[in-house]
Amino acid sequence: MIRMVAPLLVFLGLIWLLLISLPTAEQRRQVASPLIGREVPNFTLPCLLEPDVIYSTADLRGQPFILNVWGSWCPSCVTEHPYITRMGREAGVPLVGLNWRDERDDALAWIRRFGDAWTMHMNDEEGFAAIDLGVYGAPETFLIDHRGVIRHKHIGPVDSSSYDDLLNRINEMRRDAGI
Amino acid sequence: MIAEFGQISLILALILAALLATVPLWGAYRNNQALMNLAPSLVVGHFVFLLAAFLALATSFLRHDFTVINVAINSNLLLPWYYRLVATWGSHEGSLLVWMLILGSWMLAVALLSRKVLPNYFMARVLAVMGMISVGFLLFTILTSNPFDRILPGPPDGQDLNPLLQDWAMIVHPPMLYMGYVGMSVAFAFAIAGLLSGRMQKEWVRWSRPWTLAAWAFLSAGIMLGSWWAYYELGWGGWWFWDPVENASFIPWLIATALIHAQAVTEKRGAFPAWTILLSIAAFSTVLLGAFIVRSGVLTSVHAFAVDPERGVFILSYMVLVTGAALALYAVRAPRVMTGQGFGYVSRESTLLINNVFMSVAAAMVILGTLYPLLIDLMGWGQISVGPPYFSVMFILMMIPIVALMPLGPFTRWGQDDLKRVFSPLTVSLVTAVVVGTAIAALLGAFNVRAVTGWIGGLWLILGALAYLMHQKKAARRLRLTGGQTGMILAHAGVGVFVIGVAMVESMTYERTVRFAPGDTRELAGYTWHLEEIAPVKGKNWIATEGRFTVYRGDREITRLNPQQRLYHRGQQVMTQVSLQAGITRDLYIAMGEPLNDGTGAWSIRIQIHPFVRWIWFGAFMVTLGALVAASDQRYWKPYRATAEDAAGAQGAQPA
Repeated sequence: MIRMVAPLLVFLGLIWLLLISLPTAEQRRQVASPLIGREVPNFTLPCLLEPDVIYSTADLRGQPFILNVWGSWCPSCVTEHPYITRMGREAGVPLVGLNWRDERDDALAWIRRFGDAWTMHMNDEEGFAAIDLGVYGAPETFLIDHRGVIRHKHIGPVDSSSYDDLLNRINEMRRDAGI
Repeated sequence: MIAEFGQISLILALILAALLATVPLWGAYRNNQALMNLAPSLVVGHFVFLLAAFLALATSFLRHDFTVINVAINSNLLLPWYYRLVATWGSHEGSLLVWMLILGSWMLAVALLSRKVLPNYFMARVLAVMGMISVGFLLFTILTSNPFDRILPGPPDGQDLNPLLQDWAMIVHPPMLYMGYVGMSVAFAFAIAGLLSGRMQKEWVRWSRPWTLAAWAFLSAGIMLGSWWAYYELGWGGWWFWDPVENASFIPWLIATALIHAQAVTEKRGAFPAWTILLSIAAFSTVLLGAFIVRSGVLTSVHAFAVDPERGVFILSYMVLVTGAALALYAVRAPRVMTGQGFGYVSRESTLLINNVFMSVAAAMVILGTLYPLLIDLMGWGQISVGPPYFSVMFILMMIPIVALMPLGPFTRWGQDDLKRVFSPLTVSLVTAVVVGTAIAALLGAFNVRAVTGWIGGLWLILGALAYLMHQKKAARRLRLTGGQTGMILAHAGVGVFVIGVAMVESMTYERTVRFAPGDTRELAGYTWHLEEIAPVKGKNWIATEGRFTVYRGDREITRLNPQQRLYHRGQQVMTQVSLQAGITRDLYIAMGEPLNDGTGAWSIRIQIHPFVRWIWFGAFMVTLGALVAASDQRYWKPYRATAEDAAGAQGAQPA
C-alpha cells in the first residue's frame, strides 16, 4: 500500500513547496536584481531643464536619495506621478528624476502638463546610464543610501501599497545616515 | 461585439466541456450506449466554440479593436498584420486560448481517428477525462485571465507586442510547443480511462501509443524551434540556457521519452504496467507544473509572461485536483494491475528499464535544479540561483550511459538474451565509431575530450541505427520495416546527429567582441571581416543602426552580413538583430554591441562562429520525424473488434 501511495505523497510535498513559495515570489524578483547591495554606478548627465548644468551621482554622496526613472512616452509614469509628487514632498531626501530615452521637448511638455515632482533632473537621452543601472523599463525607482549603495529597487509604477513600503525604507535610510 | 461573441463562445464551450466530463462517464459506468455515444458530438461542439472564441480574438487584433484590453496592450497601428495574428498568442490570456483550442483539436482528433480503434466505453472515458481537463482551463481563463475584457473608452492606439516575439519563429513555436504539452493530456486520459476500466487490459497501452508518440514529436519540435529562436533572436548565440521556462518544457519531454519506451514494454510484454500509468500521469502533471512556473512568476525567468500570484494559486489548485485525483485513483486501482511477466538481466525489458531509470532521474534532477532556489529560500539559506554549471555536469553524466547503451536496445530480445549475441552485430559499428570519430575530431582541429567523445558517441548512435537496419534487412531478406522500426531508427540516428552538434558547439565555439569603425578590416578565426559602413535603416515599426559587413575567406567573398540594433519606438525597446550565415559545418554570426562614443563612429561588435550548430536542430528534427513515422505504424490503427472481453471490460466498472 505504501508503495502505491508514495507518488501521491511526493506530489503533495511538491505542491506544498510551491504554495508557500508563491507569496515570496515578488521579493525574489526584487532581490534578483544584481545591483541591490552594490554601489550605484557613477554617471554624469546634463540637467533636463538646463542642459548646460551637469550632474553626477558622485555629487549626491553622503546623503540618501531616490532615483526615479521615467519618460514622457511611458503611460505608467503618468499613473505613478501623484505618488512620486507626494514622495518628493514627504521623503525629505533628494528625488532625482532620470529622464530616459526621451525627446527633451516632449519631456518638458510632459512636466508642464503633469507638474514637476522631482528635486533634480538628469537627462539620459542615449540610455547609457539606464543600462549601467540595469533598468528593465520605466518606471523604476531606486533607493540609494548615504554610502552610495543601492538599497532597494521598485519595478513598475508606485501605487498606494508600495508607496508606504518605499517611504518606510526611505526613513530607515535617513536614520542610518543620521538625518 | 466580436469580443462579446468570443466571450459567449467560451462560456458555451465550458458548458459543453462540463457535459462531456460527466454524461459519457456516467454512461460508461451504467453501460448506457446512448450516453456514451454523446461524447464525440460534444467534442465537436466544444471544438467549434473554442475555434469561434479564438477567431473572435484574432479578428479583434486584426481589426485594431483597442477597446479590448488584450489588444491595446499587445498590438498597435504600426504592427504588420502577421504579427498582429501572432500577438493573439503573445500574451498570457491569448496563449491560454490557443492552449484550449489545441486541447479541443486533440480531443477532436481522438474522437475522429480512434473512432474505429477504441471500444465505445473506452472512448467515452478518454473523452470525458479530457473534458474535465478542459473545464479546468476554461474556468481558469474565464475567471482569472479573460482575453476579451474591455476598456471603455479604448485608447486611440495600443502599446506594442514584445519585439522579441516579432519574429516568424514565434508564429510556429508556441502552437507547436502547446501541441506537445496538451498532447500529453491524451496519454494522461488514456491512462486514467485504463485505470477506470476496472480490470487492466494491455490493449489500452497500444491504443495510447500513437497519441503519446505524436505528442512527444510535437513537444520535441516545439522545444527545437524555441532553441533555434533563442539562438538567433536573443543575440547571445547560445542554443540552450537552462532557464526555468526552458526547463519547464524539458521536464515533460524527459518524462515522455521514458513513457514512450515504457509503453513498448507494457504493450508487448505486459511488464511494469503500473510504472507506465505513473509516467502517463507524471508527463501531464509536469506540463501543469511547467504552466505554473511560467505563469505564476514563482521563479524569475527571461521570458515569463506578465505574472500574477493569483493565477499561480489557481493552477496549483487545478494541479491538486487533476494530479491528486489521478494519483489517488492510482493508489486504489494499481494494486490490481501489478502483474508483469518476469524477464532476465539481459533482455529488451532491462534495456528499456535502464532507459527509463536514466530519463526519470534526469527529469528529477532538472526539477530539483529548477525548484532548488525555492527550497533554499524556504529553508532561509538565502537567495541562490542554479545555473548551467549544475545542469551541464548533471546532464552529461546522465547522457553518457544512455548514449553508450542506446544502440544495444533494439538488438536485444524480449524475455532473455545473451550479451555476446546482442553485441556481435555492433562490433563493427563500435570500432568504426571510435576510429572515424577520433580521426574526424582530429582533422577538424577539435582534439579535445568533449569533441572526441561527442564524435565517437554520435557516430556510434548513427552507425548503430544503420547496423539495425542492415540486420533487419538480412533477417527478412528484403527491406520491409514497420513504421515503429523505421521511426526508431530515424530517431536514434537523430540523437546521434544531435550529440555531434552539441559536442562541437560546446567545445569549439569561437567568440570575440571587437572594436570596428567603418572601413575597418580584421582577420579573425581564419576569416577576413570588413565593415563597410554603419547606416541608419527604417522598418515598418522600428528604426535601426545597421552594420554592413563583408566576410572573406582568403580573397573569396563568402557572404555579406547586416546586423542591426533596432529601436522599437512604441516600447522604446532596444533589440539586437543578429545577422548570420548558416552552414552545415559552421554558422558565421555577427551582433551589434554598443557604440563606443569615441568620435570615430566605432562600435563594439560581437563575432561568433558556431561549428556544427545546425546539427543540433537537424538531429532534433530527425527525432520528431521518427516519432511521427512511428505513430503512423499500422499496428496501432487496427479497428477494434468487439469480443466477449469488451462486455467484460465494460462490466468490470459496474458496481458489484
